[in-house]
Amino acid sequence: MPRRSWLLCLILFLLTHRAFPLATQPLKVGLVLDRGGKDDKSFNASAFRGATRAQKELTIHLKVLECSSDSAFVPSIRTFAQHGYDLIIGIGFVQKSAIEAVAKQFPNLSFLLIDAPSTLPNIRSIIFQEHEGSYLVGTIAALTSKTKSVGFIGGMDIPLIRRFELGYRTGAQSVSSLVKILTHYVGSSSEAWRDPARAKELALLQFSKGVDVVFCAAGSSCLGVFDAAEERKKFAIGVDSNQNWVKPGTILTSMVKGVDQAVFDSIRLKLRGSFTGGTVHMGLKEDAISFSIDENNRKVLTPAVEQEALNIREQILNGLIKVPDYYHLNKPLSTPK
Amino acid sequence: MIELIQSSLRLSTPLVFAALGGLLCERAGVATICLEGVLLISAFTAATVDVFTSSPLTSILVGMIAGSAFMGLHALLTQKAKADHIISGVAINILAAGLPPLLSQAWFGSSTNTPSVPSNARLSEPAIIAAALILPLAMHYLIYRTSFGLRLRSAGDGPEALQTSGISVGRVRTLALLLGGALTSLGGSYLSIGHSSQFLRDMTAGSGFIALAAIIFGKWRPIPVFLASLFFGFTEALPMILQGVTWRGLSLPVQWIQAIPYVLTLGILVTTVGSARPPRAIGSK
Repeated sequence: MPRRSWLLCLILFLLTHRAFPLATQPLKVGLVLDRGGKDDKSFNASAFRGATRAQKELTIHLKVLECSSDSAFVPSIRTFAQHGYDLIIGIGFVQKSAIEAVAKQFPNLSFLLIDAPSTLPNIRSIIFQEHEGSYLVGTIAALTSKTKSVGFIGGMDIPLIRRFELGYRTGAQSVSSLVKILTHYVGSSSEAWRDPARAKELALLQFSKGVDVVFCAAGSSCLGVFDAAEERKKFAIGVDSNQNWVKPGTILTSMVKGVDQAVFDSIRLKLRGSFTGGTVHMGLKEDAISFSIDENNRKVLTPAVEQEALNIREQILNGLIKVPDYYHLNKPLSTPK
Repeated sequence: MIELIQSSLRLSTPLVFAALGGLLCERAGVATICLEGVLLISAFTAATVDVFTSSPLTSILVGMIAGSAFMGLHALLTQKAKADHIISGVAINILAAGLPPLLSQAWFGSSTNTPSVPSNARLSEPAIIAAALILPLAMHYLIYRTSFGLRLRSAGDGPEALQTSGISVGRVRTLALLLGGALTSLGGSYLSIGHSSQFLRDMTAGSGFIALAAIIFGKWRPIPVFLASLFFGFTEALPMILQGVTWRGLSLPVQWIQAIPYVLTLGILVTTVGSARPPRAIGSK
């Protein structure tokens, strides 16, 4: 097979050729986390996981910044830019304006923005189809609930989280139109992502009204919801990361959002020189959205419910079920502001 | 309705401890803008100790020692070094805001929170809340019915008189600060391992300042200060209950509901409280 070995040589040559300058000067990646911080066990933890995996497997130079206030985003991102970081990653929709401001000043650098769309040529923005996953956990919640009433606790009241809520609501009601759904939001500022005390009170309130499964999409505030569910022996559904391990037996399942994979892939794209701007949508089809099953929730998520959820997943993939998307409710086919 | 009362009680408990602890210091004539810092450091200490020992009792005690130590620092700065009370307080707040992320990063590899503790290693919520309900009576007795209380009030209202009778004003104030710090720490520990199951950076979210407002609201008297703390807890609980409530198909937007506490507080402040007179010698060196 002379032809194949020739090809192999070429690939090897390309690889070593690419790898050589990399060895002397690794790709510099700056990660700016959202308010929840890298140990929120949820959204930011997922991004952090993806970045550290890239650090291990792709040998990049990684620096992570946690911002203690919203006003710290622009300076953090700009510091990375001024130090010539090749790829700067902003986690969370709140960083949209900060990333865009700096990206305009540094058109030669690449930026990755999670959860918000952008039209700048050097920003790659990734939007997850949260409504599809929320629909799935909505059906799981309604099927598991004994009282036939389920709850939703959102973090900050923004279209992104409304999108979770609408998917969840539709999913729960697809099981039976009699299912009651209670909805609460922790707040209307980015403090809402890190206020477990308030989130806990909201969960206790929902439990007192008969809710026995609650889906929480509120970053580290969800830790309060899990505490409440554990105390009252109810179920909670985690978000963004697989959170089943946080409180085994209390967490029914988690709606996993592949932020880690998105971050890792983008770093790899940058490394290979094929990084492009534009908005990328990732959902069930790309396996970027899923619900988690592992040894921690095996005992609480019954096989019947799991099978049903898998069936529904298939139907969404086949287009038999159309999950309503909050972003496209009023203005068809437009991207959110 | 019952949920509203329970929720108000849970949310006002840290305020009650901080406000009554702060009251003790203020009545002795020391301005305690550092309540926030004491709450934070005790919340962090209790959570950290609980991670290592899994013993809520030890945690709350060490939390109290840490809180007292910070108040002791305030005493040292204001009484020994004769520093301005507000400046010393702000310095303590900044120290208490910066120390937990640093230590948490070193010990647990996360600057934002400590690991969560299992439910059996947490403080019993009913016990702490019950303590918060009894505390104002005890404080009333301490301040108005004991000789220590008399000295305390003199230190705040007429330190010259106290000095003339041969009692060290600095010593009375230091004692008040240490005791006040310990009481405030109960609120901090409740925040991290009673109501929550871990410490989160800046988790007090201004409770110390709200407690300070409650002291002024209650005109530096234990029972009214206690009631003011309950009121602030209530204004935090009310928006949660109102959220999602519909009336004839209409519901208030979240943003409006969250403005309610501020509007309510302003309204009460303007209409009913009237002028509040602080202890005469507060902030004096």
